[in-house]
Amino acid sequence: MSDLLERLLDGDHRALARTITNIENRAPGYRDLVSGLYEHAGTAEVIGITGSPGAGKSTLVDKMAETYRDRGETVGVIAIDPSSPFTGGAVLGDRIRMASNVGDMDVFFRSMSARGSLGGVSIATADAVKALDAFGKDRIIVETVGAGQNEIDIVKTADTVCVLVQPGSGDDVQMLKAGILEIADVFVVNKADLDGADRTVQELREMLDLRGNAGSGRNDGHHASHGHHAEATESDAAAADGAALKQAEAEPGDEDGADAVWTPPIVEAVATRGEGVEAFLDAIDDHHAHLDSTGEAAAKARERYAEEIRTLLREDTAALLTEEIDARGGIDDLVDGVVAGETDPYGIADDVLDPVAACLRERREDE
Amino acid sequence: MSAGQTQQPIRCLVAKVGLDGHDRGAHVIARAFRDAGFEVVYSGLHRSPDEVVQAAVQEDVDVLGISILSGAHNTLVPKILDGLDEYDALDDTLVLVGGIVPDKDKDDLEEQGVSAIFGPGASMEDTIEFVRENAPER
Repeated sequence: MSDLLERLLDGDHRALARTITNIENRAPGYRDLVSGLYEHAGTAEVIGITGSPGAGKSTLVDKMAETYRDRGETVGVIAIDPSSPFTGGAVLGDRIRMASNVGDMDVFFRSMSARGSLGGVSIATADAVKALDAFGKDRIIVETVGAGQNEIDIVKTADTVCVLVQPGSGDDVQMLKAGILEIADVFVVNKADLDGADRTVQELREMLDLRGNAGSGRNDGHHASHGHHAEATESDAAAADGAALKQAEAEPGDEDGADAVWTPPIVEAVATRGEGVEAFLDAIDDHHAHLDSTGEAAAKARERYAEEIRTLLREDTAALLTEEIDARGGIDDLVDGVVAGETDPYGIADDVLDPVAACLRERREDE
Repeated sequence: MSAGQTQQPIRCLVAKVGLDGHDRGAHVIARAFRDAGFEVVYSGLHRSPDEVVQAAVQEDVDVLGISILSGAHNTLVPKILDGLDEYDALDDTLVLVGGIVPDKDKDDLEEQGVSAIFGPGASMEDTIEFVRENAPER
C-alpha cells in the first residue's frame, strides 16, 4: 500500500486510479492509504456541480476542464451516477461527454457509482478528492445528480457548489422548494438559448431576493440585488439578440467589508457551444476569493473535517454493530422475536448497544 | 466493515472504437452487464484507441469490452493493447472483443492479449459468466 502512495505522489496515473479503486472498495489497508494522503493534500480547489438529469452537467464539466487546461491548470473530475437498488449495477455514462480532452492524461476523469450504503458515497468521494489533491491536481470537479441527501452531502464537500438549472424546469413554486437551490454558491442557467431561459433567470433571481429578505434582512444586500436586475435586463436583451451571453454579474459585496454576505451569481451558458464558460469560471474564482477574504475558507475546512469525522464514526459503529448482530445469530433471529411479539426494535437496539455504552463509560472513568 | 461495503462490483468499460457507428450491441451489453450487477462505463461512439486506453486506465476497470463491427479490429485492437501495456495495465485487465471477427483473425488477437471474442449469436449469459469467472482478482 505504501508503495502505491509513493507511486501516486510520483505522478503515476495507474497508481492514482488504483488508489481510488481501493477507496471505493474499502480494500484492506485503504485507511492507512487515505491517512497517508492527508499531509500531501490541501492545495486543490474543489468545485461541486449538481443539477437534475439532462441539465448538461457533463457537457459543462467537459468545457470547464478544457478551459482550465488552456489556462495551464491540471484537472481531476469525479462523476457520480446512481446504481441500481436491486442489482447494485450501474451504467456510468458521464464519460461520453468528455470529448474535448481526448488523450490528455492531465484531465483525470473517474466515474463512481453511488454504491448503496448510507453516507458511504460521500466518504468515498471525499477520499477520492483527497487522492486527486495529493496527486497534484489544481482543480477538482465533483459532478453528481442533485437528488436526495446523499447528493447534497457530496457537493457539500466542495469549496464552491454550483447548481445547474435548465429552462422549463418548473414554475416558481418549484423554485420555492427547499433543498438543492439553497446550497448553491453559483447558479448556471444552461441551455440559455432555449425559450424560457429569461424566465428561469428571473425566477431564480426572485428566489434569491426572497431569501435575502427572509434572512438577516440586510438592506445593503437587497440593494445589491436590485443592481442585478438592471444588469440582467441588459444581458437578457443581449441573449435575445443571439449575441454572446453575458454573466449577470453579482458583486460579492466588497463594500460591505470582511463579513460580506455572498449573493450567488446567476450565469447563463450554452455548454454545448462553450458559451458562458469563461464567465462561469470567473464566478467560481470570485467565490473562492470571497471565501479567502472573509476567512470562510478556513471555517469551511473545519466544518468539512468535522463532518468527515462524524460520518466515519457513524459508518464504523454501524459496521461494529452489524458484526455484533451477526454474532448473535443474525438480524433474522432478532426480527423473529419482534414478529412473535416477545420484544420490539427499541428493546433490541438497547440490548445490543448497552454493553458498548457500558464499556465506554468504564473506560472514561478509568482515565 | 459491514456487509454492504465489502462487495466489490466488477468494473467494465464498454468501448466503441474507430469509425463504426453501430452501437446497438454495445448498449445491449452495457445494460446486461448493469443488470448482472457490474459497474459499466460506456465510452460513447467513435473513440480513438488512445481515448479507450485513457478511459480504461483512469477508470481502473477489471474488464475492457471492445465492440467493433467495422472490420478494422486488426488495426485498432493491437493499438489499444499496446497502450494498456504502456501503462502496465494489460496484465490485470480482461480484454474482450465483441463483433464480427473472421476466424482467421481470432487467433492473432488472442495471441496479442485478447481473452475472448464474442461474435454474432453469442449468448448474453455465457458472456456474463465468462466475465464473472475470468475477471482479474484485485
